[in-house]
Amino acid sequence: MAEITYLEAIREALFEEMERDVNVMCLGEDIGAYGGAFKVTDGLLDKFGETRVIDSPISEIAIVGAAAGAAHMGMRPVVEMQFIDFMANAYDMLTNYVATARYRAFLPCPMVVRGPSGGYVRGGPFHSQNPEAGFIHTPGLKVVYPSTAEDAKGLMKAAIRDDDCVLFFEHKYLYRRIKAEMPTGDHVVPIGKARIAREGRDLSIITYAATVWKALDAADQLEKEDGLSVEIVDLRSLAPLDDDAIQATVRKTNRVLIVHEDTRTGGIAGEITARINESSFAWLDAPVLRVTAHDVPLPYAPSLEDYVLPQTADIVRAARTLAAY
Amino acid sequence: MARTSTKAAKPPHRPSTLNTPPSTLLSRDQLLDLYRWMRLTRTLEERLVALYRQTKVVGGLFRSLGQEADAVGTAYALERRDILSPLIRNLGAMLVKGATPVEILKQYMAKGDSPTRGRELNIHFGDTERGFIGQISPLGDMVPVMAGVTLTFKIRHEDRVGLVYVGDGATSTGAFHEGINFAAVQRCPLVVIVENNGYAYSTPIAKQTAAKQFVDKAIGYGIPGEQADGNDVLAVYDVTKRAVDRARRGEGVTLVELMTYRRKGHAEHDNQSYVPAGEIERWERENDPITRYVARLTGDLDFSTSDIEAVDESVRRVVDDATDVAERSGPPEALDALVGVYADPPASSPLWFREGSRSVVEVHERPEGWGTYNTSGEKH
Repeated sequence: MAEITYLEAIREALFEEMERDVNVMCLGEDIGAYGGAFKVTDGLLDKFGETRVIDSPISEIAIVGAAAGAAHMGMRPVVEMQFIDFMANAYDMLTNYVATARYRAFLPCPMVVRGPSGGYVRGGPFHSQNPEAGFIHTPGLKVVYPSTAEDAKGLMKAAIRDDDCVLFFEHKYLYRRIKAEMPTGDHVVPIGKARIAREGRDLSIITYAATVWKALDAADQLEKEDGLSVEIVDLRSLAPLDDDAIQATVRKTNRVLIVHEDTRTGGIAGEITARINESSFAWLDAPVLRVTAHDVPLPYAPSLEDYVLPQTADIVRAARTLAAY
Repeated sequence: MARTSTKAAKPPHRPSTLNTPPSTLLSRDQLLDLYRWMRLTRTLEERLVALYRQTKVVGGLFRSLGQEADAVGTAYALERRDILSPLIRNLGAMLVKGATPVEILKQYMAKGDSPTRGRELNIHFGDTERGFIGQISPLGDMVPVMAGVTLTFKIRHEDRVGLVYVGDGATSTGAFHEGINFAAVQRCPLVVIVENNGYAYSTPIAKQTAAKQFVDKAIGYGIPGEQADGNDVLAVYDVTKRAVDRARRGEGVTLVELMTYRRKGHAEHDNQSYVPAGEIERWERENDPITRYVARLTGDLDFSTSDIEAVDESVRRVVDDATDVAERSGPPEALDALVGVYADPPASSPLWFREGSRSVVEVHERPEGWGTYNTSGEKH
């Protein structure tokens, strides 16, 4: 079977799920006739028609709210944020309405909010964000952020089938750079399970999304130049977090570096560090370290963006510090 | 519910025209039914005030005094299969849709077997089977949600209509604008009721909008708008029924502005210091929806005073009985707080400091002889 890109894998999941279940529908800005700003939904309108592929006004509150209402009635809407940065516009609807629906009112809210996320693409302050931490904090939402094409497809299918709201972050840097052959059959990746992206003995890097690939590059370099065996845990799901996988790697290597592209303060690395502190303090041979973006809005110029975001060299340097502790 | 039984008494369907207001087709049972729901709303709220003063209502109490016609008349224009989303002053609409006084009382008293098992406040609850979806506190949010509910009716070619209430204040929110615009573009079978009761908490309408009237906003969305006297229950029924019929015929969204007045504060704690002297008393004296409807019933509609008194008596009994039942229930079990955030996992675990067991550090003590580096950097 031919390899397909991360983006095509998401599209394939949408096609398959819409074919499988007539209740699956898509809502978003420019997703129908135009096929979406990144063409993720290209071809859906032709195949499924405009009652199931709805071009919406520029109204993030309305499309998230309408998706919730449709979900209460038994639909499984998939909402596209043209850029994930615009999810902030629907923050109230997601956190106050959607996240609480099951708990406060026994209203099922099976829906997916998906969209292109992340930097390294010269997108500037409003086309590069990683706002996942703001939603991980809200009970009632699930958050996934795949790094591979296989996971992009399998997690999308799991998200659509999940009975609660799943925020599906797609890394736009990976859209057309990452390819893989899809597993055959009904490929569903369970939400809440991390993946070992690379086995190792000496130290662990816990990460997700685009920085998985930077961590893999760093691990190659560390093996070659320092003889270090680095384990890489790709979280895949950020809510719920796979505590078992985190504990297992901490107890295996005893040294942990957490890497994320999101900004530092309030980023999920802090939460993971706290959990390791509570569950595995006695297993640690060194303090948990973080490599993250700097706490600034993401700037446009390449020299600025590259400085703000975590790079492979940063990971190598932090890993060496950790190994030498 | 009484509503179902009275439906059977409805006269054979005759198409209404502009010359025959839909309310002229209501049976005598239905006309009295409208009064019953308004009276039940008021009597039930009066009981809640008593319970509030006894501190049995553990949170705030929200009255719809003076707005009963608006809530009841709108909901009465819907069919059983239709869905509405009430606001805090639409207790009457929920009762028409089948919410029971026992449920309302248990909600306010935070009972373990209340509709939300003590998780939500006051009348914030719903039941899609009976056709009402519970609101949340951020105002305007139910407009997009009901756009999605009615979009589903449209997609599935179901003969169902939705109705959503907003106050004068909520028309200022982004959610209202986005939701009504989205529903208008999609021609969702949705009726948007703007209840203009003069105040959003303490803010008068002049500080809410520069528009002369809220019904004018319909023009901007390309949808029909109608305004009616919100304290005349038959006028409320008529204007809503016309909008509901349009929605059912596939003609999309209508905005209805109902002119009414909030005679109590935002909630019971609110002393209404911001209201001009005499305003409340004037509305009470001249424009009480129940007083006005009783005058109609005993006037040209030809009901007797004893018909009215019989309703009052039965409502009193219903509320007394419901209070007895509701008071017997206990509070929710504390551990139920951790259940039902997600379908999967069905519950979260208590935090370790609530388990009453060993501390987290003791639990996670590192075993003797665990393979790791020693001080000289060798693995042992």
